[in-house]
Amino acid sequence: MLKQTEGSHAVAEAVALCRPEVICAYPISPQTHIVEGLGEMVKAGEIKDCEFINVESEFAAMSVAIGSSAAGARTYTATASQGLLFMVEAVYNAAGLGLPIVMTVANRALGAPINIWNDHSDSMSQRDCGWIQLFAETNQEAVDLHIQGFKLAEELSMPVMVCMDGFILTHAYERVDMPTQEQVDAFLPKFEPRQVLDPAEPLSIGAMVGPEAYTEVRYLAHAKQMQALELIPQLGREFQEAFGRDSGGLIRSYRMDDAEVAVIALGSVLGTIKDTIDEMREQGVKIGVVGICSFRPFPLAEVREALARVRSYVVVEKSLAVGLGGVVASNVRMALAGRLHMRGHTVIAGLGGRAITKVSLHRAFAGVVSGELERVHFLDLDTNAVNAVLEHEKTVRRSGPIAENVLRTMRLVGAKIL
Amino acid sequence: MNQQVKFYQTGTRTVGNRLLAPEQRAIQADIERTNSLNCGHRACQGCGEALGARYAIDAAMRAANNQLIAANATGCLEVFSTPYPETSWQVPWIHSLFGNAAAVATGIAAAMRVKGKPDVRVVAQGGDGGTTDIGFGCLSGMFERNDDVLYICYDNEAYMNTGVQRSSATPGGARTATTMPLGEHPGNPFGQGKSVPLIAMAHEIPYVATATVADLRDLEAKVTKAIGIRGAKYMQVLVPCPLGWGAASQDTIKLARLAKECGLFPVFEAEFGEITGVSKIRSKVPVEEYLRPQRRYAHLFGKTPRAEDIARIQAKADRNIKKFGLLDQGEA
Repeated sequence: MLKQTEGSHAVAEAVALCRPEVICAYPISPQTHIVEGLGEMVKAGEIKDCEFINVESEFAAMSVAIGSSAAGARTYTATASQGLLFMVEAVYNAAGLGLPIVMTVANRALGAPINIWNDHSDSMSQRDCGWIQLFAETNQEAVDLHIQGFKLAEELSMPVMVCMDGFILTHAYERVDMPTQEQVDAFLPKFEPRQVLDPAEPLSIGAMVGPEAYTEVRYLAHAKQMQALELIPQLGREFQEAFGRDSGGLIRSYRMDDAEVAVIALGSVLGTIKDTIDEMREQGVKIGVVGICSFRPFPLAEVREALARVRSYVVVEKSLAVGLGGVVASNVRMALAGRLHMRGHTVIAGLGGRAITKVSLHRAFAGVVSGELERVHFLDLDTNAVNAVLEHEKTVRRSGPIAENVLRTMRLVGAKIL
Repeated sequence: MNQQVKFYQTGTRTVGNRLLAPEQRAIQADIERTNSLNCGHRACQGCGEALGARYAIDAAMRAANNQLIAANATGCLEVFSTPYPETSWQVPWIHSLFGNAAAVATGIAAAMRVKGKPDVRVVAQGGDGGTTDIGFGCLSGMFERNDDVLYICYDNEAYMNTGVQRSSATPGGARTATTMPLGEHPGNPFGQGKSVPLIAMAHEIPYVATATVADLRDLEAKVTKAIGIRGAKYMQVLVPCPLGWGAASQDTIKLARLAKECGLFPVFEAEFGEITGVSKIRSKVPVEEYLRPQRRYAHLFGKTPRAEDIARIQAKADRNIKKFGLLDQGEA
């Protein structure tokens, strides 16, 4: 059914359609509307046979999820930013135990400086935690990925993180085609756990494993992600058959057929990038986009294939590997290992919610086409401000707090979105 | 009881099990006991925690009609019971992390409710470090929501699994690897203490109890009672650690009894925040008698005894005796 709705509420409705049995909720912006929506639906009896638990921290949220999932209940939670960091120990644990929990991450920057706006630092910090990480481009895709996510998680018995851009998607009202309960029931079978705490068949979960078997356990986690590389496209096809919509998959190429230059990105910024590229195409630039939906597992072969015919590429990413450059870019570079003739750029953009405009993308992409763009470029960086702060630090020993110095240099009284 | 019990086990003042009617005998004495924590585990000789856990979980199994799931915090109990690929647990059991046993148990209890299995009872267990320190947030959350979980803390007053470091349950004056008997104030500094049973009572949860491995019948009875109650339950069981306390392995029960008899470890029950029962001291002993056999207190009894520290510990015991009414009137 087509409806005009908020991204968070659409996701809440999609999760409800998946018949969750335990939902753990702890508030953190910009994820709050999702769990609020679900809490309301549980209270109103719209989601039947479901426990909604208000926990005291994100660490507890994931821990309760571990308990309920291990006891055989379909389990969901959502978080963002600091919340994801606060639950990290349990995030790794859920993956290590192979528990098919589905979690939405409403992507948001990490402090310090504290910042509630969107970027991908939070999810990217967990890229090696063992969860599958799917990135939604639109609210429609966020809805669809949750439905696919439960099936994927339960088939592989491993947790799935559905990442959607905070505010940009979670708080945006747009058209969403909401599936019916019958459709979802037909697509998503009942949860049949591979391991379950059951007094009728007692087993121990979470034993201490020494050097003699630890490598094997870790290898199996990797092997399962390799299985996911096959299962994700397969579920995408099944989803298309059932719902008539192309959603999910590993990567998604746009105008790549004759492209000489490729832009690689993930999440909602793909929309702006596609618009920019359409305009550049009109000017005769042979440029295309590869959107990455599955960041973990990382589709090395697919990315390599998609970029087989380009001479240069640029990764636009909302995350920064401090001291290195790009997080996504490092992964893309691995996919392109050995292609020495290709020129690669990284554009760090949209950190802490800075708007990524078409004007700025045009400028950056032109630099990629001409080869003049620096290899690691910070989009719309206020170089005057950073240079002033660096100069200040050179001359004054007690130079003071960094963020405040930047704000003072920029003559900003309070934070504002540029 | 239809007969007057006249005989006690020699030197213990504990009623001999065989003298009781069958229905009054210890669960552990029953051939039908579940052996929930089975033989083959790697606990040290004289481990109070292994003993306490075995009695507690067997009692819980009996009370729950064998419908029990246990969540375990990281710690000695977890490590010695499940060296991969072996396990000593005969109950469905999960270990997740050090600080989240209470939350994991909450999740299991929620799953049981939603799955329509209200008969399945849930126990969470951990040591004092996993309970009073790192797991405290999750524990308080479980209390506050009144989740249907019995949390059992096996309290040996330090982080024994990592090599005897101080926890918030370590008493003042005690030596640990991080509170060495050096300097002007040797051993653990005398702080304000942290009584998690009292904090649990402040949450007004349905049931709080303390116990020691010196009175296993009492431990069994309290676990049985707790399993029969819906909502959040908390038990703190004193389990001496021969390794960490520097005590002889055959003295585990004796030390647990002395801790209770000197007043340092009050044994009581509380319901909805009100104390409903106290195990009285049977023959009061000075704290010295409890402290001396433990090498963690050896620096108090050196060439120049630290009388001031011993007096401080005695004062703590006396405060407990008064606060909890541990002595019958006129006995003090």
